[in-house]
Amino acid sequence: MSRSLKKGPFIDFKLEKKILGMNDGKKKSVIKTWSRRSLISPDFVGHTFAVHNGNKFVPVYVTENMVGHKLGEFAPTRTFRGHAGAKDKSSK
Amino acid sequence: MARIAGIDLPRNKRGVVGLTYIYGIGPSKAEKILTESGVDVNKKVQDWDDDELTKIRGYINDNIKVEGALRSEVQLNIKRLMDVGAYRGIRHRLGLPVRGQRTKNNCRTRKGKRKTVANKKKVTK
Repeated sequence: MSRSLKKGPFIDFKLEKKILGMNDGKKKSVIKTWSRRSLISPDFVGHTFAVHNGNKFVPVYVTENMVGHKLGEFAPTRTFRGHAGAKDKSSK
Repeated sequence: MARIAGIDLPRNKRGVVGLTYIYGIGPSKAEKILTESGVDVNKKVQDWDDDELTKIRGYINDNIKVEGALRSEVQLNIKRLMDVGAYRGIRHRLGLPVRGQRTKNNCRTRKGKRKTVANKKKVTK
């Protein structure tokens, strides 16, 4: 079920403040964040985030196509490299 | 012969049912099309005259995305997810269920036929 429009998008307040501040100052640096739940707003485009995946920080460069997704969608929390002995399947 | 959006409609079915043979039109959209273009919902496909047919065709052309256009839109959406590297895109790439279903068993629709792995030999004492 999708979020009520009445509430507007959810972005962690701290993170949004940081981004807006950086946009004002035209600065860019990697932003470490645990806030996987934050929606990527158009202000985020062009920034690089280090999104925590529970273990370490995964670098995520935000492009225009990613707007509307959550930060956590780009930092997978599970590693599965396939079963032992499984033949390399054509992955498309 | 009623031909809409490159699909031959079955002739001896009711209009609402017949229209659902087009990809992108289900029961509710079919009913809407017919009422908006002023055709009786219960009229069979073979009983439509040319006038009604052009009306229906025009309505679908102007308002509804069907068949090839719709298919390519869906594919593009999936491709966008994959390019962007989102979790859903990765699941599409792996051919696994996208919406958080369990994969310990079932989900054969996505995974395809069962691939049996040979058991380990049991040690007999």
